[in-house]
Amino acid sequence: MSALLDVRGLSIAFPKATPVRDVSLTVEAGETVALVGESGSGKSLTALALLRLLPERARIASGEVLFGGRDLARLGDRELRDVRGRDIAMVFQEPMTALNPVLSVGDQIAEVVRLHQGLSRGAARARAVELLDLVRIPEPQRRVAEYPHELSGGMRQRVMIAIAVACSPRLLIADEPTTALDVTIQAQVLDLLDALRRDLSMGLLLITHDLGVVAEWADRVAVMYAGRKVEEAPFEVLFATPLHPYTRGLLAASPRLEAGQHCSVGPLNEIRGSIASAAGEKGCAFAPRCPLARAACRIAVPDLVSIAPGRLSACPVTTAAPVSEACHAAPVG
Amino acid sequence: MPLLSVEDLHAGYAVGGQMLRAVDGVSFTVNTGETVGLVGESGCGKSSLAKVLMRLVAPSAGRVLFDGTDVAPLKGGPLKSYRRQAQMVFQDPFASLNPRHTVAEILKGPLEVHGLGSRAERAQAAGAALERVGLPRAALSRYPHEFSGGQRQRLGIARALILSPRLVICDEPVSALDLSIQAQILNLLSKMKAELGLSYLFISHDLSVVRYFADRVLVMYLGRIVETGSWQEIFSRPLHPYTRALMEAVPTPGRRRHAAPLSGDLPSARNVPAGCRFHPRCPLATPLCTEADPVLRPAGDGQQVACHHAPTGAPH
Amino acid sequence: MHGTDTFNPTAGARIAASREQNLPPSPGAEAWPNVHAPDAARAATQEVQRLTPAHGRRALRAFLANPTAVAGCLILVFVTAAALLAPLLFPDDPLELAGRPLLWPGQDPRFPLGTDALGRNVLAGLVHGARVSLLIGASAAIVGLLAGILIGATAGYFGGAVDDGLVKLVEIFQTIPSFILLIVLVAIAEPSIPAIALAIGAVSWPQVARLVRAQFRALKEKELVAAAHALGYGHARIIFREILPNALPPVIVLISVTVATAILMESALSFMGLGDPNVVSWGSMIGAGRELLRTAWYLAAVPGLAIVATVLALNLIGDGLNDALNPRLSGEGQQ
Repeated sequence: MSALLDVRGLSIAFPKATPVRDVSLTVEAGETVALVGESGSGKSLTALALLRLLPERARIASGEVLFGGRDLARLGDRELRDVRGRDIAMVFQEPMTALNPVLSVGDQIAEVVRLHQGLSRGAARARAVELLDLVRIPEPQRRVAEYPHELSGGMRQRVMIAIAVACSPRLLIADEPTTALDVTIQAQVLDLLDALRRDLSMGLLLITHDLGVVAEWADRVAVMYAGRKVEEAPFEVLFATPLHPYTRGLLAASPRLEAGQHCSVGPLNEIRGSIASAAGEKGCAFAPRCPLARAACRIAVPDLVSIAPGRLSACPVTTAAPVSEACHAAPVG
Repeated sequence: MPLLSVEDLHAGYAVGGQMLRAVDGVSFTVNTGETVGLVGESGCGKSSLAKVLMRLVAPSAGRVLFDGTDVAPLKGGPLKSYRRQAQMVFQDPFASLNPRHTVAEILKGPLEVHGLGSRAERAQAAGAALERVGLPRAALSRYPHEFSGGQRQRLGIARALILSPRLVICDEPVSALDLSIQAQILNLLSKMKAELGLSYLFISHDLSVVRYFADRVLVMYLGRIVETGSWQEIFSRPLHPYTRALMEAVPTPGRRRHAAPLSGDLPSARNVPAGCRFHPRCPLATPLCTEADPVLRPAGDGQQVACHHAPTGAPH
Repeated sequence: MHGTDTFNPTAGARIAASREQNLPPSPGAEAWPNVHAPDAARAATQEVQRLTPAHGRRALRAFLANPTAVAGCLILVFVTAAALLAPLLFPDDPLELAGRPLLWPGQDPRFPLGTDALGRNVLAGLVHGARVSLLIGASAAIVGLLAGILIGATAGYFGGAVDDGLVKLVEIFQTIPSFILLIVLVAIAEPSIPAIALAIGAVSWPQVARLVRAQFRALKEKELVAAAHALGYGHARIIFREILPNALPPVIVLISVTVATAILMESALSFMGLGDPNVVSWGSMIGAGRELLRTAWYLAAVPGLAIVATVLALNLIGDGLNDALNPRLSGEGQQ
């Protein structure tokens, strides 16, 4: 069976820059795939490109976005509109700006189901209440008439999710869906997204910068750095034996709740410099910050090499060495 | 004597004719050389507390003793000299630096205002402050927008330290930064504390960061402190059900798809629940909780908790 | 900062790279090679970001790339040059009799734009009139801007009772029809150029004050102002050095419109004979030509065209500035 979503060699270009290069990605039905990276990594642009929602001057320079046997990158506008919201839905980081402030939440949900499913006004209204209940909003009959500003941040994000799943999409793209939320609310929203993924057997593409979220909720993880995918692995493999120095650096740099580390004992492992050093780099974009970089790393972009099924890394230094030894060579201090 | 001692502090602001009690009876101390972590969700009043301590907002009741002097009623000259002693690092390094000023102007401004040093000495001090935070002197002639987020936060720290304060209030200093930069800034703050003998009040919503960085922890919920203790106590033996829920809510490697520990939203400070503020969301709530407002009481060495149902006494 | 290269966030990558090579060697700072990262650029801070000096240079380029704005500038430069050179071009008093009355334009090569009913040179009047119009326009705008900025900044920054009081004052001025107020002010004072400029400034400040007040109210909530308070900065320093530079872009747009309005007001006053009788102005020339509109329409049309061209030029400049300083309209705001 072919994957639900199959992105092949996607590159996104602005007139003067190419912030996403040659990214491939698959999502199976019922699977949660996390796309991880810091700001500037191109993860959000990649997500937007899947539905061709790119900013005005950006365009898909090359690559295919295969979904249900069709290439979304080349689909006509009308067909694409049918796909958006019906087959593939999207949830954004800021529910306040994504919702229309002058329409009640019920009207906004009803609008989507009427557009895609042709329901009558009354049926759409009933469906809106049902959907609010589905996303676990208490008293949906009352909430359906409220406006976005009357709801809390967590509630607004639930409304966004209700709109997204209104037409039972086969793929849900969630772009930093919990970044603006508090940690106890984040747990609720992730729990909800996961339950919906199961119940509707959707594929879930989770765009995030939070490794904790990835570790707990993702099945597979793709790590992006400066516009390229640098590593991909099943979640447990990634966290147990990260291969790419960037992934290792990230894992080492994050303070953990369960770890015994404290500032009185010693400093955190830091990744020196910032992602901006990738600009103008001919070789590996991470080389200027990488403790393992060799001269060869700065000459040509390393290939993404398949190490095991579903296991890719774009670092010749660490993939050449046995995994255990490479881990000992990980940056300290 | 503690460096900072906050006693029954209240502060609020009017919203639509209604008084919103953002800080509602908060007491704690910060000792010299100590990092006190203040953790809580948005709307719990932690940023309002920071503003009151910096005297950006006047408290409505209570005392803020800095080195034995109450700073709450200060005005004019004495307030200005308090500000030399207590400084702040802001959350957003993009919004807290004036985009119209060069780095030199940003760093020399505080010295000019406080009449410190000659022109040459101020320029020298600005350069030294930059180098201390890991930026070269050549950055003096640049504008904030030319720097990355992490570097701007370094500038913010350099500016806060240029007056040689004793207490630095860090309001979410790393939450706007990327993960790979967070560690750099935490290490820098840690280094500055050791070199300059600073005391920190470190405000964050991120428990993992507080766990790493704080010596003592305050957990705040709806304007109140509900639990305090050393970092070891709080993170190994959380007593308040809210503290426990907060920790459980943090996504953690090694755990898969666990259910959210708390249902419901954070209530607004506009209508604070009667009795214990946490009772509508609390899994342990009993009728007592809806009636009586629990106060902080000792539970172990230095640990204090405001819950009717938390165990008291020393850990076994 | 070194060089004159500009920072364009969308082309950030390449420019950042080229800059790094120009950087001085950095003593022991690992982080330094990465200056200019547009990372973590968050929507919330876009507002502040567009006010940076680099954006100023980008705005200038956007302005110069706008043909109508450049046309406006050219017209204004031409009018200003004429005004400045007037004493050289026409050293005689333009109010004095120069030739046969009511010569049509082109009838006599000595008077390319003809003469009026009293035999005065229309071209000389036009050029000298430009001096008066621009002088009054500019000085009235300065008066209005200074008063408006001071009052608006005070009201917006301090808020509370001060704000309430000053807003009432602004409202009083705005409810009185400004032109009637202007006539009253000029009627009370002697009709001289400084008095007229002051009077026009006195009726045009409320608009500036409202704009500046709104800017200050928004900016004083920004973290950079909280940071300034926390550092112990005084009110004057915060108002003039921290907030005002960030509040200026929309005010700059307003300046050109204010000058244009002042020129129109002065012309209207002179047309009604309330201007300074000792100088020639475009308004007074139209006023004088009005009675001969059917026989010698050029007497009203020529200075009328001069007013139209000047006011149009100022409006084009204002539009150009607005587009250049507002990245959302100039299409440079994304990313």
